[in-house]
Amino acid sequence: MEIRDNMSSDPRHQMLIDTLGAELTPVRRLPAPWMRAFGWLLIVAAIAAALLMHYGTAPMLQRWAGAHDLAWAAAGAVLTAACAAWAAFALGVPGRSRAWAWLPLPGALLWIGASGLGCLRTWLAPGTSIATGHQSADCLVFIVSFSIPLSALMIWLLRRACPLRPILTAILVGLASAAASASLLEICHAYDAAATDLLTHALAVGIVIAANAAMGGRLLLRR
Amino acid sequence: MSLLTADTGWVLYDGIAPPLDRRAHVSAENASDDTSPERRRAAWMAAAQAGDRIAYERVLASSVVLIRNVARRRGVPVDALDDVVQETLLTVHRVRHTYDPARSYDAWLAAIAGRRAIDMLRSHGRRQRRETHDEFALDQLAGHDDASATSERAQEASRLHAAIAGLPPGQREAVEQMGLKERSLAEAASETGRNAGALKVNLHRALKVLRGRLHGDS
Repeated sequence: MEIRDNMSSDPRHQMLIDTLGAELTPVRRLPAPWMRAFGWLLIVAAIAAALLMHYGTAPMLQRWAGAHDLAWAAAGAVLTAACAAWAAFALGVPGRSRAWAWLPLPGALLWIGASGLGCLRTWLAPGTSIATGHQSADCLVFIVSFSIPLSALMIWLLRRACPLRPILTAILVGLASAAASASLLEICHAYDAAATDLLTHALAVGIVIAANAAMGGRLLLRR
Repeated sequence: MSLLTADTGWVLYDGIAPPLDRRAHVSAENASDDTSPERRRAAWMAAAQAGDRIAYERVLASSVVLIRNVARRRGVPVDALDDVVQETLLTVHRVRHTYDPARSYDAWLAAIAGRRAIDMLRSHGRRQRRETHDEFALDQLAGHDDASATSERAQEASRLHAAIAGLPPGQREAVEQMGLKERSLAEAASETGRNAGALKVNLHRALKVLRGRLHGDS
């Protein structure tokens, strides 16, 4: 009788509940957001492993040992990617706070701050040069190119969830993908921090986030 | 922001939902009367995810009031509340796998209901912008002023004719001749064979009576 007591007077609700009850099938629960983010990061790690096999770890470690700001910037990019992915998957679950969107902020500050500090150095990091305009454009193409499949994968995973704030979620998808791509770029990035290079990276990240907000938001809205 | 409703006693958090204690997890069968309604709903939904139809119908029925409360607080008009309930129930069915039994069912449901309420308000707003309200449509209709004025004049004429018909015969005759037919005093006297002075007096009296009947003047 409790059911009837709680029901509205509208008979449509009881009819709909009966119909939905008849259609009920067992479902597999969505894994926790951190687990889903971890799965996505494993794909990124697999790509990183392939790039490391191709380029080797020595040049990257030599750059980091010579200029710690480069290492901190890389750590910031990795942290941003991980936190943005976690936040995006958390926002894919109804009832989770909008505050999750702030999770990538510390990593992003580290990434931007370390990159900016690198520009103030008056000496070149070992094994690097200052990127020309053409070389900076290659960085932009690299970040955008790697971001496309990574964003597509995350959107595909999120469509199984229920992002009630699709545009905010898509922005986080873009940030996670761009940060992951910038992290991957670090493996083969033989250029020292410079204003033009930093601006190119920022432009690439902005393009990826904007494209996700415009397209990813609509794709996520379909649920 | 939190919300405590008196009729159900359930608590909604707009922010992070309060996690339920896993050790205090209640199975659908054990969801007895001494269990809080929120925990009962959480247990029913968990059972529904495993395919328990009875628990599912219980939790959906129990959700109707909660959905209506959320929609009402979002400003959904009363006549659209049931539409929000329907849309929310359909969404709940489609995304029931996203519910985590370790967390609050009510917060999960409220987030979905809130989104469906916003969707309803937006579509309602779009429809209102697309469709012109009847009052405005009437104002903007070409020839609306003419039609309205004609109708008003016709009504006034009808009232005037009725008032004239109610006049005594002498006064009515004076009005018909000099007012309606626009004859001069001499022409009216000639036409009716009455004294011009009598016609003039009757006309004045008739006009006084008509003013009183039509405008309430004494």
